[in-house]
Amino acid sequence: MSASTASPAATTPARAPKVETPWRRFVSEFCESKLALAGLIVFAIIVFIAIFAPWLSPQNPYDLAQLDIMDGRLEPGARDGADTMTYWLGTDDQGRDMLSGIMYGLRISLLVGAGSAIIACAVGASLGLLAAYAGGRTDTVIMRLVDLQLSFPTILAALMILAFLGKGIFNVVIALVIVEWAYYARTVRGTALVERRREYIEAAQCLALPTRRVIFRHLLPNCLPPLIVVATMQIARAIALEATLSFLGLGVPITEPSLGLLISNGYEYMLSGKYWISFYPGIALLITIVSINLVGDQMRDVLNPRLKK
Amino acid sequence: MSTTSTVRSAASVAAGEAAAPIIELRNVSKRFSKKLDFAGKIAQKLGAPVKDETVHAVDGVDLVVRKGEVVGLVGESGCGKSTLGRMVAGIMPASGGEIFWHGRPLNSLSGAEARHAKLQTQMIFQDPYASLNPRMRVADIVGEAPLVHGLTRRAEWDAYVDNQMRRAGLDPAFKRRYPHQFSGGQRQRIGIARALAVQPEFIVCDEAVAALDVSIQAQILNLFMELRQELNLTYLFISHDLGVVEHLSDRVVIMYLGRVVEEAPAEEIFARANHPYTQALLAEVPRIEARKKSFAGIKGEIPSPLAPPPGCHFHPRCPHAFDRCRVERPALKEIAPGHKSACHLNDKVA
Ligand SMILES: Nc1ncnc2c1ncn2[C@@H]1O[C@H](COP(=O)(O)OP(=O)(O)OP(=O)(O)O)[C@@H](O)[C@H]1O
Ligand code: SF4
Ligand SMILES: [Mg+2]
Repeated sequence: MSASTASPAATTPARAPKVETPWRRFVSEFCESKLALAGLIVFAIIVFIAIFAPWLSPQNPYDLAQLDIMDGRLEPGARDGADTMTYWLGTDDQGRDMLSGIMYGLRISLLVGAGSAIIACAVGASLGLLAAYAGGRTDTVIMRLVDLQLSFPTILAALMILAFLGKGIFNVVIALVIVEWAYYARTVRGTALVERRREYIEAAQCLALPTRRVIFRHLLPNCLPPLIVVATMQIARAIALEATLSFLGLGVPITEPSLGLLISNGYEYMLSGKYWISFYPGIALLITIVSINLVGDQMRDVLNPRLKK
Repeated sequence: MSTTSTVRSAASVAAGEAAAPIIELRNVSKRFSKKLDFAGKIAQKLGAPVKDETVHAVDGVDLVVRKGEVVGLVGESGCGKSTLGRMVAGIMPASGGEIFWHGRPLNSLSGAEARHAKLQTQMIFQDPYASLNPRMRVADIVGEAPLVHGLTRRAEWDAYVDNQMRRAGLDPAFKRRYPHQFSGGQRQRIGIARALAVQPEFIVCDEAVAALDVSIQAQILNLFMELRQELNLTYLFISHDLGVVEHLSDRVVIMYLGRVVEEAPAEEIFARANHPYTQALLAEVPRIEARKKSFAGIKGEIPSPLAPPPGCHFHPRCPHAFDRCRVERPALKEIAPGHKSACHLNDKVA
């Protein structure tokens, strides 16, 4: 860049022809950590399994016609009564193949986790941007709401909301959105307060661009890095929270078990040696959350401007 | 548009005086107040000497900019130049006084007219790094507003953007790049292309070259002057350096701590500066013809704008200060045709 400063009017940036986009830079810096890359790959596999569970799983665990109560609590590697398939991870007390159950459970857990995180992100980020951009009373009202929300213990708030709304996947998503949006709002507001003071926002105002455009096209893209980091971490948190709620019996319905409910189902057999009913769903949950957190940690390092050399 | 001469000469300055004002400020002020936070309020209740802080960034300024003119606005750092520029450009509302755009109060304009007025006045910013959105490509930075405001259509957009870039001395081949891939001078050209793309008549240049290398400064200043000829532009040229303004301006306005202290045609300021502050500023400008230096530079610090001195703001640093200066604010009075100054010394002489 410095080479070109002295060149006259029609100037030439001194860069290689390949355009370095912020996205490319991000990808190459992300890949510097092999651990994070491994986390990303594992997470991609988990997502793949969750999406294609109906085609990959040996059994449809929700189809009661396929279940045989006689096969209940078989240990890993056992064959089923009709000798047509192997229960690689054993069965639960309903005679449900654990491997299939986990695949379907992942589906529910990821759907609830990602779904609630995306909705909470959209709601929280919009309110945070509005608070920072409008300032004054709007800012005060939104931020007091955030404070109120964050002062409740998350699990308690979620339990109260679910006790009020009742069980069900949709209600769990609503409860998670209500307890999580404040994190996004607070993060975005912090960044947006700094960014909105920068001259490019004044320039956009000077160009008489509509306020909505200034907020979403100019301000938001510059607030994205911390938002992405928080969103990644919050997906993991939401999955864990959903598992906790289901474990406590307030989450998803018993007919469509998520990982948390699978763990809860096997919990009573833990001490009688039939560990696999809880253990394998637990491992699946652990791997999912750890892989997301590995990705999130690296994203935070790459996207945090203060850590940039 | 074509009636005003774009050739810079004494004659054109005289003609400029007759031209209609584009923008007129009457007694315009801007206050920034920092309200006490909760802890501060408690501390105040307990008797701590804390108060809401108010900065009078701009304090009762009158200013007229006429079609085709280049007005230089000069003052030390923190005297409110940028704040004044922002109010003129419509980025910031005034907290007192009135701003007229083509003779009509700016805040009385309806939606479409207000937008038009805003577009007609563009600003070039001080910091070529912060003033470009780092996440947008040059083509979008330059071409977004014209598209939004219907100055060009999708089909002609590419050619339109190319034209704006070429006019600002940029190679359109680089329009897919991001701001971080350019040097400071090139970035400032992008900012200029962005402003020109909405076809303004009036440009506020807020220390547009202060952040650049000296060799680049001259290039950008030349570009401003070429564009003025080509597009018949009017400029409010803000700078902390009288030397930069001297060669460009028809008229110079000197500010000190939020107030205008002197205003005169450029030649007049450099030949017959009246206000002691202006004289001190001039003494700081390195010049080829050695001036008779009555005093070296400006003594003392700029007072805090939070607690400006009473009377004439300049009195703690003024070598000619006398009793009246400490209590009474000097009014901006005409001391010669087109030459105004705010100093009590002028009354003494008379
Ligand atoms: N948004 C703001 N909030 C509070 N105070 C402000 C704000 N903008 C400016 N000020 C204050 O107003 C005064 C004038 O600021 P301004 O930026 O207009 O000065 P300036 O002459 O442009 O200075 P510089 O040469 O450093 O750019 C300063 O004391 C500054 O601290
Ligand atoms: S009014 Fe007094 S203090 Fe102010 S500039 Fe004039 S002589 Fe100096
Ligand atoms: Mg400034």
